[in-house]
This record gives sequence, C-alpha cells and structure tokens, in this order.
Amino acid sequence: MTEARRAPETPTMEMTSNKEVLRRIEYTGDMLLNMGPQHPSTHGVINFLVQTDGEVMKRAIPEVGYLHRSLEKIGEKVTYNGYMPYTDRVDYITAMCANQGYAMAVERLLAVTVPKRAEYCRTIATELNRISSHLVSLGTMAMDVGAVTPFPYALREREFINDLLEELCGARLTYNYLRIGGVAYDLPEGYAEKLVTFLDHFEKILPEFNRLITYNEIFVQRLAGLAPISPEMAIDYCLVGPNLRASGVKFDVRKDIPYSIYPEVQFEVPVGRGEVGVTGDSWDRFWVRCEEMRQSCRILRQCVAQIPKGEVMAKMPRKIKMTEGLEAYSRIESSRGDMQYYVVAGAGENAYRVKVRTGSFTAMGIIDVLSRGLMIADLVALIASLDVVAPEIDR
Amino acid sequence: MQGFLDNLIRHFGHDPATWPWTQFVYLGGMALFAFAVINFAAITAGIFSWAERRVAARMQSRVGPNRVGPGGFLQWVADAVKLLTKEDLVPAEADKILFRAAPYFMMVGFACVFVALPFSHRLVIADMNIGIFFIIAVTALIVVGIIMSGWSSNSKWSLFGAIRSAAQIISYEIPGGIALMIPVMLAGTLSTQGIIRAQGGLPWQWFVFDNPAAFVAFVIYFISALAEGNRTPFDLPEAESELVSGYNTEYSGMRFSYFFLVEWGNMWVMSALATTMFLGGWQIPGVSAATLDAATGGTAVALELLSLAIFVGKTLFWVFVVMWLRWTLPRIRVDQMMNMCWKYLVPMSFAAVAFVAVWMLVVHAVPALGLVMRAIMFVLGVAFTVFFVYRTAQNIRDTGDKFDFTSNW
Amino acid sequence: MTPEEIQQVLAGKFGESVGALQPAKQDPWVLVKPAAIAEVCAFLKTDPRTRMDSLMNLTAVDWPKRNQIDVIYHLFSYAHRHVFILKVQLDRAAPAVPTVEGVWKAADWLEREQFDLLGVEFTGHPDLRRIMLPDDWVGHPLRKDYQEGADYHHISTTRESPLDGFVRLDELKKRAAAKSAEAAAAQAAPAHAPAPAKKEMPS
Repeated sequence: MTEARRAPETPTMEMTSNKEVLRRIEYTGDMLLNMGPQHPSTHGVINFLVQTDGEVMKRAIPEVGYLHRSLEKIGEKVTYNGYMPYTDRVDYITAMCANQGYAMAVERLLAVTVPKRAEYCRTIATELNRISSHLVSLGTMAMDVGAVTPFPYALREREFINDLLEELCGARLTYNYLRIGGVAYDLPEGYAEKLVTFLDHFEKILPEFNRLITYNEIFVQRLAGLAPISPEMAIDYCLVGPNLRASGVKFDVRKDIPYSIYPEVQFEVPVGRGEVGVTGDSWDRFWVRCEEMRQSCRILRQCVAQIPKGEVMAKMPRKIKMTEGLEAYSRIESSRGDMQYYVVAGAGENAYRVKVRTGSFTAMGIIDVLSRGLMIADLVALIASLDVVAPEIDR
Repeated sequence: MQGFLDNLIRHFGHDPATWPWTQFVYLGGMALFAFAVINFAAITAGIFSWAERRVAARMQSRVGPNRVGPGGFLQWVADAVKLLTKEDLVPAEADKILFRAAPYFMMVGFACVFVALPFSHRLVIADMNIGIFFIIAVTALIVVGIIMSGWSSNSKWSLFGAIRSAAQIISYEIPGGIALMIPVMLAGTLSTQGIIRAQGGLPWQWFVFDNPAAFVAFVIYFISALAEGNRTPFDLPEAESELVSGYNTEYSGMRFSYFFLVEWGNMWVMSALATTMFLGGWQIPGVSAATLDAATGGTAVALELLSLAIFVGKTLFWVFVVMWLRWTLPRIRVDQMMNMCWKYLVPMSFAAVAFVAVWMLVVHAVPALGLVMRAIMFVLGVAFTVFFVYRTAQNIRDTGDKFDFTSNW
Repeated sequence: MTPEEIQQVLAGKFGESVGALQPAKQDPWVLVKPAAIAEVCAFLKTDPRTRMDSLMNLTAVDWPKRNQIDVIYHLFSYAHRHVFILKVQLDRAAPAVPTVEGVWKAADWLEREQFDLLGVEFTGHPDLRRIMLPDDWVGHPLRKDYQEGADYHHISTTRESPLDGFVRLDELKKRAAAKSAEAAAAQAAPAHAPAPAKKEMPS
C-alpha cells in the first residue's frame, strides 16, 4: 500500500490482472468482492473492492473513473459559451447548479453583473432542480434500504418539476438553461401560478413522505447510528453540502458566502441533530435533505413574489476573449454541496484550465475509512446516504 | 382421497380389498392429483405474479401491466412463454448438475405442501394425522434448493444469498414451528382438517382470538412465515440492492422462473396455513362441521362450495397483506434479522406455549373464563381495526386522495 | 482575517519561503516555495488566527511557456469563514511537491487526481496511484503537450468521424436539383446528345 504506483513504461495486459488487484488490498484470505462497476446500488458505474469476512466487511475501497469523460480537458478545447452544455454533464441530476457554478466563474472573470431578473430566474431554476435532485437521492436511498415504494413516489413529484423545467428551457435532464451573463429564456407566461400550484401540492407531499419512510421503524433501525461522521472529520475530508450539515456544521454557501439573490430571501439551514441516533449518522443525512426540500419551497415562494421585471441577459460580447492567466474561482451550493469551479482564462476564446471540485468526489474519499467494520447492507446505505453521483465523481 | 377412490371402485361393483386392479387405480389417482396440485400451484403463483405487480403498481401510483388480456390478467402467461423460450444459461464455472437440479428441489418442497393443505370441507388431498408435521418437514426442502443454487452458481453474490437464506429459514423455523404448536395444543390434533374442525365459523370461535398467547403465536407465525418465504422485510437472500439478485443471480429462463414460482406460490402456502391454524379455515359461520358432514345432495354441494369460497377468501386476504407489507416496508439487516428471531421471537413463542398450556387447564376448570377471554380478544381486535381505518382516513384527508378507479384499468 | 493579514502572519513565521501577496484580478494569492508547503499548510491549519481547517480545492495548471506547473491550494476556514490561496511553482520536467495529506485528509484524493491527470508527484503521499485513468495508462492528459496513444490494449483511441459520410441537407438538395436538371436536359434533347450512361459504359 505504501509504495507509490506509477504508470509503467510499457503497459501490458498482465498489469491489470486479478493478481494486481489482490495485492492492492493486502490479500489475506478474506473474500474479495467486486461490488460494481455494474451493481444495482452503486448509483452509476463505481467499483468497490470489498474485503469481507462473511457479512462484516473489513474494508471497502472505492475505485472510480469508470465514468471519466475528460470534461476538464474539453473545457480547454471549447469556447466559454460552448462549454456550458458540457457542465450539464458534470452532474446531470442537478444540471442547473452545475451550469450556475461555471457561469458565475466566467462572469467573475469578465466582471459582468447579471440582471436581477436573470438572477431570480436562476434561483427558481436551481431551487426546483435541488428539490428534484433530493427527491432522486431520497428515493434511491429508500430503495437501497429495501423500500421500493418511496422511489416512485419521489419520481412522481420529480415529474412535475421536470415538466416545469421543461417549460422553462425545453429540456428535462440536461437543461443548458443558464448563459454567461444571464439565462437563455425569460419565465414563460403564467409560470408563477403554475409554480405556486406545484408548491401547494408538494408541501403536502413532504409530511406524507415522512410518514411513509422517514420515521418508519425499520428504516430508522437500519440508519440510526450508522457510519456517523463527526464535524471535525467531515471538515477534514472536505465533505460539503447536506453531508456536512448532517454532521452538525451549520454552513451553507447560500447563507454564509451569499451569491446571486440569496441575501434577499429568508430560509433556514437545517443541521443534523441526531434525532434518532448519533449526530451525523446516515439517518441525519436523509433527514437534512428532507428539510432542505422544505426550505427550497420557501425560497421558491419568495422568489415568485419578489421577482422584478427587466432583462434576463447582460450585455455580452459576441465572442468572449480574455487575457491569458486571469483566474476566477466560484463557489455555489449545489444539491451535493459546495461546488467549485476554478477557471483560468486562456489567450484566445478558450479557457486555459477548468477545474471542477464536486461534492461527490470528496465524499467518495471518506467511504474507505467509514466502511471498516460495517456490514455489506450498511455499505449500500452509506453510499446512498452520501448521495454520490457517478458522473460528478469522475467528471 | 383413498376413501374417494375406494368409493369409486365400489361404484363399479368391485371390492377394493380383493380387486386386483386396486393398486393401479390408486396409482392413477395419485398421478391425477399430483398433476392437479402442481398445476394449481403453478397457476396460482402465476396469477399472484400478476396480482402482485398490479397491487404494487397501485401502491406506488403507477399503472402496472394492463395490456395483455383484461386488466393485464394474462400477463403471467406471456411472461411464462417468454421465460420458456429463453436460453437456459449455465455459467461455465458452475457445478452443472447441482445448478440444474436446484430449482426442482425447491419445486418439490413447495408442491408437497399442497398434499396436506385443505381447501374446503372435503377437498384435501390427504388428511394426514401428522399434517402440520409433514408441512413443516417438506418446507425445509426449499432451503436445500436455495443452498444448492447458491453454491453451484460459483458466484459470490449467489453464495451470500444462499448462506443468508439458510441462516434465515433455519432460524425462523423454530419460532414458526412452535407458534404452530399452539393451535395443535388447543385442537389436540396435528391433522389440518382436525384443527379447522376444532374452531368455529364466527371470529370469536377462531383460535387467534382464543387467548392472548394464541394471538401472539399468530403474529409470530406470520413473521416467521414471511421470513421463510423470503418476503420483505425479510427478503435478505435476494436483496436486490445489496446482493444483485441473491441466490438466483446466475439463473435465466425457466429455471429462473421456478424460483419466483416458488416465492409467489409460497404466499398461498403461508396464508392458507394461517387460515387453517388460526382463522377458522373453511368453517361457515352458523353452520357446524357436523351439519356439513351430514348434508347430502345439492345442499352438500352448495355448502362445499361455500366453505371453499370462505377458505379461499380468507387466504387471498392474507396474500394481499403479504404483498402490502412487501411494498411498504424496508428490508432489515442480517444481524437485526437474527436478533429478532433468537432474542424476541423464540423466547416469546416458548412463553406463549407455556401460557396456553396453563390457560387450557384454567379453562378446563372454569369454562366461563374462556368465553370471556374470547369476547375481550374479539372486541380488542375490532377496536384495532376501527383505529386503523380511522388513521388511514386521516392520512388521506391530510394529503388528499389521488386514487382513481376509472382510468387506466 | 483578510488575505493581507494572513500573508503578514505567514511572512513573519516563514520569512523567505512565502512570497508577497499577488493581487490577481479576483482572488489574491501567495507564492510558497515547494519545500515549505507542508509546514505552511500545517501552520495555517493549527494557528488560532487562521484556522484553515479545510482544503477546498487543489488544482494544478500546466504552463509549458514558462516551463512550470503551478499547484494551487484553495483553503477555507469554517471557524473564521475566510479564504486563502496558496500557489507553488514546480519544474515542469520533474514536478514534485511535498504532500499535504497529513494536514487535510481531503488532500488524499485531490492530490491523486492531479497526479493522475497532470503528473505532479506528491512526495510522501501514502497511496499515490492513478484515480481516473487505468493504472497502465501512459501520460498525463491535462498536460498541454499530451499526445494520446494510437491505441490502448489494441483498442483504437481514434475513429473516423461519423460525420464524414454525411452531406448537408442543402447540399443534397442542390445535388438533386442538378441531377434532375441534367435529366431534364437529356430528355429534352435525346437525339443530339447520347445518354451519359452509354458514354460511360466502355470505360
């Protein structure tokens, strides 16, 4: 484990043989289980090398990279505006947030002020998307714990959001709605009423969802006290977003490093309280997401009430050109937490370097430590509770 | 059924004791009944597969299969045809003989149960005097099939599923079996028909309301039956999100469908057994077993059909409950499963047996106490049902009912 | 604390190893000598004034023109809610910098990623191996001069563009129009000119 492994000069097929994999985990006669890359509950293509003795695991080593699409390299090859559709693919469950991070980074490079109405459109879009992302996360988590019914319930609500977002930008998954300097389209006619109708409906669904699964006795027994993460550990491993808040750290980029119009709206930042077990356990991570959906509803209602009239696009040059070496850094609160874009401007129309720091990537790093001594069924619940999304890990 | 065949032979003017062809008639009869039983089991399982998917779909606000036949009823036939025509894959590294044989072990263990299961007043293949004992014994054959399939697949996921299943079924047979001893004690017989005859047609005459321990035994039996049938929340052996598909990961085609045939068919077995042991079986309210015995001609046929309908109705209700639980509850973890069995269910089942033993002596001394207890238990049961309906109505009022009977059926 | 104050604290402690605050357009940063980075980071994390308890981001940027690779550390303090950016400049031929994995556990995967994609050696890292790419991959793709191999385990890494066979729709229409015009012309005067097909036949 300790010696650094470098890429060999002349790669051969033998290098990736089974023996090599076994040596990597200090093969001791335990069962080695390849959980993934194709497995029903790894949320995409991730592989876990599970070293196990019966049901109790010794270790689970995450192996990522199966969904690496070299998005950072593509960022260096296409124009600033041309990269926007690619950011959708960074995290296709929350494409709006991924859009926004990149747009904000380039806007900071250009020192562009986005019109107020566009900021409100962005917030409506990202908050809707946050709800839909959390619905997927909660539904799949319940399914990984064995309850199948919450998943279709969550997806049913997500369909309404997809319809709303489709009306906004014409797409249901990879939206490409945001533009550098604003948004692509203004809100359509009668959108506010539709949104309020949906919120009225959805806020009643949340308690139903809690009755259905959150406080289900078996569900609580499965998740309470499972893999608790202390606040220090969460910060040390750079856990972000709901995972960090579940550990009791009251930090939300929207609140603490405000961007866009978040200073103008009222909302709470839910933190894990260890209601049924230990603070920072898997159940807290589930619960924090439930609460965040409620807060997103609040934000959406305020946005609908406060949205001003005006332009949705700032004055932008047709071709964005910058001097080489300028750099900008943007932080936004995506559904999977603090998402950061680091963009270095190139000499021409392309960026010189785009780096995306995503919440799932750092969350994967903690699994190896947390998994020690857990059961295989717990590993599945742990992965789901961290809400990792494979494309966001690998980019 | 031997009596039925004897009567048939007498009808043709032979004496079954001396007629040389008697044994052949018996053999033919056995083949016929076996054919009928296996077909009943398979078709029931098939229909349940459709029913479960429809029930699940409704619970998840989906539509479910509704294209093949009226309401999608023939979906299971289409599925069976598809599975029959699929390639029967055997993994290269598998133990080929065991791999091929494993589904049949499960089928045998499952089909044999029907020999002792009653359907109505007269309709039972063999009213054995060790009926319950036989049922518990042959059910254990299923675990052999599961372990064979898990081991021979030579896949780690299959092995996990098989070992989990073995641990689970063997553990839960103890509380389940002991819980079944309570109706046996109350009835004083192991014969399934005898146990039903010892109960009555009205709810307070059922064993489940006989005394608190009998009710506890019913709950223990039901939990254990869920565990033995690998149904949620005990579906650990085939936990889809953990073990891919558990012991049947490597199977395909018809052999794969056997596993599901057994799983769905088992719903009938566990529900029918619950009906028999605790819920009055085929007893018609207001008509005693003696009246049924004495009835002749058209009345006898009508009463027979009525008893059949009552038995099937009760069984189907519990089948629905099993499906309902499956689509409501999450799955428990393997250590919780073991804890629950050995730390709670086993001691509770022993205590229930002890309680019933004492209770029987008490009732023997003061028969009025038995009646009072039955009344109390029945009232509690009704109160619980009312409370349940009230809570459901409240939930619907809070969120709004979106159920639509007219569309998409 | 503002970046200026943090820089002064660092300069007071480490002297020569920490450069002056570079006023970039957006975020000011400080250049640190590679050898000192681990101590600087450990100091920033433990000092009660700075308390940089989180490594937010770790990026490397390849600059072939300057023949160097920059490694950028984005630090954030949950205790004080301030940010600070450190940079180290490494030789492009053999980029090596001490690991900060011992300071923040998050650096484990972030450094592995930069090692994988840019080939920066983080000395002292406990598990420095490729993370995104296969273990036997050759080269570091985010380097500016990276050339992809022609094949990987006999799987070609290039393919013909599927668009090569396609023709623009207006081009197709133009061709069809030309063809029909030609056919019309041939039909109008069959006696004067032999059909093109016949003419082609002998050759």
